[in-house]
Amino acid sequence: MSQKVTSDILKKGAGVLWVAARAEPRLLTAAVLSSALYAAMTVGSAWVLGRVTQDVVMAAFRDGRTTTGTLVLGGLAIVGVALLKALGVAGRRLYAGMVQYNMQAAYRRAVTRQYLRLPLAWHQRHPTGRLLSNANADVEAAWAPLAPLPMALGVVLMLVIAAIAILATDLVVAIVGFLVFPAIAGLNVIYQRRLAPVAAHAQRLRAGVSEVAHESFEGALVVKTLGREADETERFAAVAAELREANVAVGRLRGLFDPILEALPNLGVLAVLLVGSIRLRSGAMSPGDLVHVAYLFTLLAFPIRALGWVLAEVPRSVVGWERVQDVLEATGSLPYGDRSVDGKGPAGLEVRDVRFGYTGDDVLHDVTFTAEPGRTIAVVGPTGSGKSTLTNLLVRLVDPAGGRVLLDGVDARDVERHGLSATTALVPQQAFLFDDTVRGNVTLGLDVPDEDVWEALRLAQADGFVSALADGLDTRVGERGATLSGGQRQRLALARALVRRPRLLVLDDATSSVDPQVEARILDSLRDSAATVVVVAYRKATIELADDVVYIERGRVLAQGPHKELLERSAGYRDLVTAYERAADEPAPDEPAPGEDEDEENEEAVA
Amino acid sequence: MTAVDTPARSGLATLRRGLALTPEFRKGIAGTLLLALVATAGRIVVPVAVQQTLDRGLRARGGPDIGFIRTAVLVCAAAVLLTAVAAYLMNIRLYRTSENGLAALRVRAFRHVHDLSMLAQSGERRGSLVSRVTSDVDQMSQFMQYGGLMIIIAGGQLIVATVLMAVYSWPLALLVWVVFAPLAFALRVFQRWLSKAYGAVRERVGDMLSAVSESVVGAPVIRAYGAEDRTARRIDESVGAYRDAQVRAQTLVALTFPSTELAAALATAGVVVAGTALGVGGHLTAGRLVAFLFLVTLFVSPLQVATEVLNDAQNAIAGWQRVLGVLDMTPDVADPGAAGVELPRGAVDVAFEDVSFAYPGGPTVLQDVSVRIAPRSRIAVVGETGSGKTTFAKLLTRMMDPASGRVLIDGVPLTDVRFSSLRERIVMVPQDGFLFDASLADNIRFGRPEASDEEIRRVLTELGLGDWLDGLPEGLATPVGQRGESLSAGERQLVALARAYLADPDLLVLDEATSAVDPATEVRLQRAIESVTRGRTAVSIAHRLSTAEAADEVLVFDRGRLVQRGPHAALVAEPGRYAELYASWAAQLKI
Repeated sequence: MSQKVTSDILKKGAGVLWVAARAEPRLLTAAVLSSALYAAMTVGSAWVLGRVTQDVVMAAFRDGRTTTGTLVLGGLAIVGVALLKALGVAGRRLYAGMVQYNMQAAYRRAVTRQYLRLPLAWHQRHPTGRLLSNANADVEAAWAPLAPLPMALGVVLMLVIAAIAILATDLVVAIVGFLVFPAIAGLNVIYQRRLAPVAAHAQRLRAGVSEVAHESFEGALVVKTLGREADETERFAAVAAELREANVAVGRLRGLFDPILEALPNLGVLAVLLVGSIRLRSGAMSPGDLVHVAYLFTLLAFPIRALGWVLAEVPRSVVGWERVQDVLEATGSLPYGDRSVDGKGPAGLEVRDVRFGYTGDDVLHDVTFTAEPGRTIAVVGPTGSGKSTLTNLLVRLVDPAGGRVLLDGVDARDVERHGLSATTALVPQQAFLFDDTVRGNVTLGLDVPDEDVWEALRLAQADGFVSALADGLDTRVGERGATLSGGQRQRLALARALVRRPRLLVLDDATSSVDPQVEARILDSLRDSAATVVVVAYRKATIELADDVVYIERGRVLAQGPHKELLERSAGYRDLVTAYERAADEPAPDEPAPGEDEDEENEEAVA
Repeated sequence: MTAVDTPARSGLATLRRGLALTPEFRKGIAGTLLLALVATAGRIVVPVAVQQTLDRGLRARGGPDIGFIRTAVLVCAAAVLLTAVAAYLMNIRLYRTSENGLAALRVRAFRHVHDLSMLAQSGERRGSLVSRVTSDVDQMSQFMQYGGLMIIIAGGQLIVATVLMAVYSWPLALLVWVVFAPLAFALRVFQRWLSKAYGAVRERVGDMLSAVSESVVGAPVIRAYGAEDRTARRIDESVGAYRDAQVRAQTLVALTFPSTELAAALATAGVVVAGTALGVGGHLTAGRLVAFLFLVTLFVSPLQVATEVLNDAQNAIAGWQRVLGVLDMTPDVADPGAAGVELPRGAVDVAFEDVSFAYPGGPTVLQDVSVRIAPRSRIAVVGETGSGKTTFAKLLTRMMDPASGRVLIDGVPLTDVRFSSLRERIVMVPQDGFLFDASLADNIRFGRPEASDEEIRRVLTELGLGDWLDGLPEGLATPVGQRGESLSAGERQLVALARAYLADPDLLVLDEATSAVDPATEVRLQRAIESVTRGRTAVSIAHRLSTAEAADEVLVFDRGRLVQRGPHAALVAEPGRYAELYASWAAQLKI
């Protein structure tokens, strides 16, 4: 690292700390003042001990007598200084901790607010793991130097006072101090500097070990069915060995520097004894002074290391801060308009010349269709034809690259904030459940009575299994909650949509894990809902529910119209929806080419 | 709480069992302890030097005896350096040994988790199993790198300081002990408080991370339902609660940490007062008294780190206990190993004899199932969700063992077949075809590691997936993403199928393996599967009855019982469960 870069990082690090100083001026001041008290009293305790040695102990030993008064006074002085020092330590720890935790909490809130504000397109460009570490590890790293900072500032003060104290005692002995203290401080800076990258490397490897274990355990069924436990263990052993070496490398640095840092002040005390005795003979010092300085060396040996702690955290802090800033400064939002779409009854939907692409080629090309209020439209197409992308456009999770999505004649982009989410509901292919109760997952904060929740659960055919759960609506589901089957999760997600009585309901193959018999009952109940429905489906029974069918292949609408009409007009559509009957009727011709295409991966990223 | 989480064992028992399971920890322990002795003994050099200087060097007539002091200082400096070298050597040995042991422990636990039955790995426990081989071991590692060392050194220092104090003046040593005895007791109490406070912090950090991750992972749902405010509220609450728990813990630390400082000051003051009184009586020299003051600081520093380190130690022992808890779980589906039967290749004959199954503490999910599946037959298993179909498949592939009855292949009980032979002959394709974060080729190759790209291509072509492969931007090298999520659910199932087919089993079990692909593709796949499983036994759990129509025989499950069996044509003609299922399926197909 060049001098330039180092000073650059220190400057940036100071900038980060300045942000904290402006945000929490009072607490930080309290922490620094406490630390100053601690610093002064540390030096003070050595001075008191020196004085007590000289005036009480040595005097008594010399004269062969002492008074109770002097003894008590000496004892009280020692305890009094210690009390003040303890006060300083307590204040420093408490206030420094509070500054750090407050800053962490504030930035965690700020970062997650950004996540909630930024459009889905931004989310899709950033890997999940990165965003999670921005809100957690990066925020922590940014404010990590705050904990040892007051201590380090106190140490600087401590060194200044100690320097003056030693100088006042004896110039020659002071020179020993001026050699030893900078050596400890400097060595510790080198130590921390060298430790930081090695420790960070070990930290990364720890994450790597965790990833492999996670993946391997998640795929345990596959590992087991294919009998690949030994190979998986080998894969894990390789990353575990890497981590072991990294930990040993950290240990080697610690093992080398810790004893040196420990030995330096001891050698300093010995040097003080030698030099001090010589000065004592010339009468420049008293035995009390000697004890005072020697004791000071013992006391200062440890706190001096705090300088190294802060400096070690600074590079990590700067990196964390910059990554957090990337999120906080991210622009791009889904601006809302001011039009409202709060009409009564089912909404009208018009999709006009819509184009969309994620990174390279377009996933959707000039998609156009209309759904009159109250009608049900089935979107049918082979896997990977762009259906899920289309559903995302309908509820404005993303905006089209070209063309328009109109709701009751209003462009989705012109609708006011919360206007669309109050009008439309999308039930995605893969049901996402929050780590919350059944009720919380259905209402998502919407203020509705339990009767409405039960009604929605009933329509979604979920009331049966929910009432069988131990705590009913209060049962926790999601990440750390009760285990639900795929079909049960899908039905909860459906209830979440239905409880809002949406005017446009979009179902993206939302009942694929539900038994056909149950699905039939769900579809029955949807028939009566006062919503315009767009449903992505393979099953004929689902398609049957629709007034019109839009058939998509490779991002283009190839045909649209009533199911019966399409069966005659569109060969691709006919092949897809009648596959089962034909399979039952005809003997198997050997025909390759399933209807998959390369746009698939993008589509999944949205779902 | 589950068996995975609560092994109740004392610290000493943990140590004994742990060392027995990980002998690596014991390697070279004698040499390390010897070095530790030297390293701690060296810590009394400074107080002794101070005492010698004051008593013998300065007391000499005619001013200080510089010659004596110089010799003493040089000898002591040599001792300090020797101590440092011993400490360095001890550190290196300790890190190497402990990390070797921890890595071995980690790998052993990892392997053991894979050996546990799917029962233990299902659902929510997966996360806790991951932490058995990650954070629990990391905690031990961190402790050994810092706290463990401190405990060795601090313990030694405490003993050495006490001995030297007693040598200098036993009444003063007693005084110091009297002052510190209540502190030692108080530290135990503080430490209990602290460990509770940090327990709360850990709990809150879990809540906080889960709330934060909702804003990222659940972003589409939050947008679609306008749930931003609700989510923000939850995040604020959990971030606030985490911060409060941190501050509470920190307050405890701030209040308890300086207690050693105060005790030290009390001891120092007591030593000064009592020592001076003793000195006046001629029982003590000034040098010894001052040396005593240095010894008090030496005595305090181990206690000062004690609160912190004891907490670490407790966490490390708890972590070790949890890891041992996993290692001590007997796999309920055990590999007979070398003693097991190695079955020759060839079409498999399966027999279920009065098989029942229930999850521990749960209702019976499969009851008295007896069925024989002839070699080379193609069987479809049908029934509603919860009828026991998947349980049947898991018992057939020995993912689990029956609660009663037995499963035989080629006449041999499944429990007697060596795993390596079993997994080679029987392969199941689960509904959720989990993929690893690697290339498409590597995922398919998971079925047979030595397979070449050519073979993989051939397998895909035989399954009728050649065109699909050609359509992928990077062909076989296409990365599938985490959990295979760059591919659609349907495509993941295609890869899982190819993977199983490449493994070339004699019995292929498909658990709704094509549920997410479109009908046209599914029909094509079904035909491809029919042709590739010719000459093998195949069992398909079917959610679409088109599969049943094509099977040689259909097994119908209802509420855990096998209620009907026979070819489709026969079953559909007789009144019963199958006719009902088929009627509802046919109604869906008809428009």
